[in-house]
Amino acid sequence: MNTIPNRQVICETLLKLAETDPDIMVLTSDSRGSAAMAPFANAFPNQFVEVGIAEQNIVGISAGLAHSGKKPFVTSPACFLSMRSIEQIKVDVAYSGTNVKLVGISGGVSYGALGMSHHSVQDIAVARAIPGLAVVLPADRHETKRMTEALVKHQGGVYVRIGRNAVEDVYESDDYEFIIGKAVTLRDGTDLTIIATGETVRVALDTQKALQEVGVSCRVINMHTIKPLDEEAIIRAARETGHIITVEEHSIFGGLGAAVAEVVVQHQLVPMRIIGIPDEPAIAGKSSEVFKHYGIHTDNLKRVALEMLGK
Amino acid sequence: MNHIELKAKAIQIRMDLLKMIHGAKTGHTGGSLSNTDILTALYYKIMKIDQQNSKWAERDRFIASKGHSVESLWCILADLGFFPKEELETFSQFGTRLIGHPNNKVPGIEMNTGALGHGLAISVGMALAAKRDGKSYRVFCLMGDGEQAEGSVWEAAMAGPHFKLDNLVGIIDRNRLQISGSTEEVMGLEPLEEKWAAFGWNVVSIDGNDMESLVEAFGAVPTVPGKPTLVMANTVKGKGVSFAENNPAWHHHVPNDTQLSQALAELSAALELLQQEGRVR
Ligand SMILES: Cc1ncc(C[n+]2csc(CCOP(=O)(O)OP(=O)(O)O)c2C)c(N)n1
Repeated sequence: MNTIPNRQVICETLLKLAETDPDIMVLTSDSRGSAAMAPFANAFPNQFVEVGIAEQNIVGISAGLAHSGKKPFVTSPACFLSMRSIEQIKVDVAYSGTNVKLVGISGGVSYGALGMSHHSVQDIAVARAIPGLAVVLPADRHETKRMTEALVKHQGGVYVRIGRNAVEDVYESDDYEFIIGKAVTLRDGTDLTIIATGETVRVALDTQKALQEVGVSCRVINMHTIKPLDEEAIIRAARETGHIITVEEHSIFGGLGAAVAEVVVQHQLVPMRIIGIPDEPAIAGKSSEVFKHYGIHTDNLKRVALEMLGK
Repeated sequence: MNHIELKAKAIQIRMDLLKMIHGAKTGHTGGSLSNTDILTALYYKIMKIDQQNSKWAERDRFIASKGHSVESLWCILADLGFFPKEELETFSQFGTRLIGHPNNKVPGIEMNTGALGHGLAISVGMALAAKRDGKSYRVFCLMGDGEQAEGSVWEAAMAGPHFKLDNLVGIIDRNRLQISGSTEEVMGLEPLEEKWAAFGWNVVSIDGNDMESLVEAFGAVPTVPGKPTLVMANTVKGKGVSFAENNPAWHHHVPNDTQLSQALAELSAALELLQQEGRVR
């Protein structure tokens, strides 16, 4: 059982890269603990900036730093970072083309019983509507490591969303290439495809196994980049498997499911189901309880798959 | 209630909220303990409210801009009978309405808060409505000191005096700590009182854990005609529990069994001291 949360992996990876890259900077908004960035703050005080509880300020300051050649990584709760500062992200980062990495921590319903103010289930919809902003959700610690390395090399604005707790591994090791915009087919299959992102990739993999046991061949695609979207992988899945289910820790409006549907209706029309959080303030509770309530779990995905296939 | 009874009530609320957080295994302990005296003074002495009719048009309004410290509020609303006390056991549990932030599905809560820096603007709107309608209710808005780093606080700070809202009271729980440590290290605020005064507020600085001072400051509102009042309530984060006091780790630390017993013992001793003085009947 993996016990390392993705935020800790980001910190460890940046710590290593910062040894040879004095331009990497980490900014926090009274969130160095929640973002697991205290080790970076201690090791590289000159490459660390604390701005206090000020999410608009943190994005503006980062844009200024980036303009001066720095590579700022903003780590702040996803709910506030994605929407409180959306205008700074739109104008100061995306429009002006500054090299700012926005890392939304404790995204989705990670904050459980803290309620809608703290849930971040509209962030993908908002971020992907902004021209030029890449949107990435890593699935596990291995992918988070490779993603972080790719982000340091990538030029331009990126919104990353990760959850709070450690997640079960999806990959056996970090020995693969992470390319922004290129989906990963984790399991091949012919009857249907489940497309997942972030922490729901694990749910999709478990569902594939459950379906295999009843003789259904399920493809699993890890869509770690929502934007730019790997349209080719979606069109191929639609052609080759004829059915698509998407699953995400996000509102069913404007997220992964909507993005995939936009491709499906324009290129290869096949039956589709979108699993996510309905149009209501997500119910209070632990992530696992909230997932269960909204059918973001293996039993429900299996049920939906069999129903789609008429079995 | 007299001052002694108010002090005893604040101790009881502290005990209730610690038990509630311990039971739920989650909660914002430090900031709730620091603002318990403020809320006790407001709810049991100062504000005109009616628990039988929580939407009474003439009621004074309270907005918890630092919504993460909802625990003292849940315990006070239950104690006053806005909802059954047993419901406190559902705090932060699956499907509850007593979530970790104010939720206006619960009687006695005006607005949903939790994202910092929203409360004062809402309060300006409420106080402005009272003025336009010729009503006499007052609006009390409790903010954190770390929260002062949000720019939206200062937009509202500008608006309060502009609209001459002497029925508006901003309260800062000046416990000098936020999550990452001291406010002056994270994002320095001083001279904070001068900043509010420069924005046109009538600034009153008090010991925010002292019941007499709180009752006196809030009781005088409206204090200066045409000016909103800012009460700088100098408090101790974690107040009343020795090992939590002034320790940033207790911002959202949850007491274990031993810590709970110790905290309850300390608070019981304080209560006994009050009683021994023979002043609580
Ligand atoms: C907009 C926003 N950003 C960040 C947070 C996360 N957060 C919750 S409490 C807190 C610290 C609050 O410190 P302070 O205002 O001093 O309150 P207190 O010390 O009285 O608890 C932070 C950063 C939030 N709730 N809202």
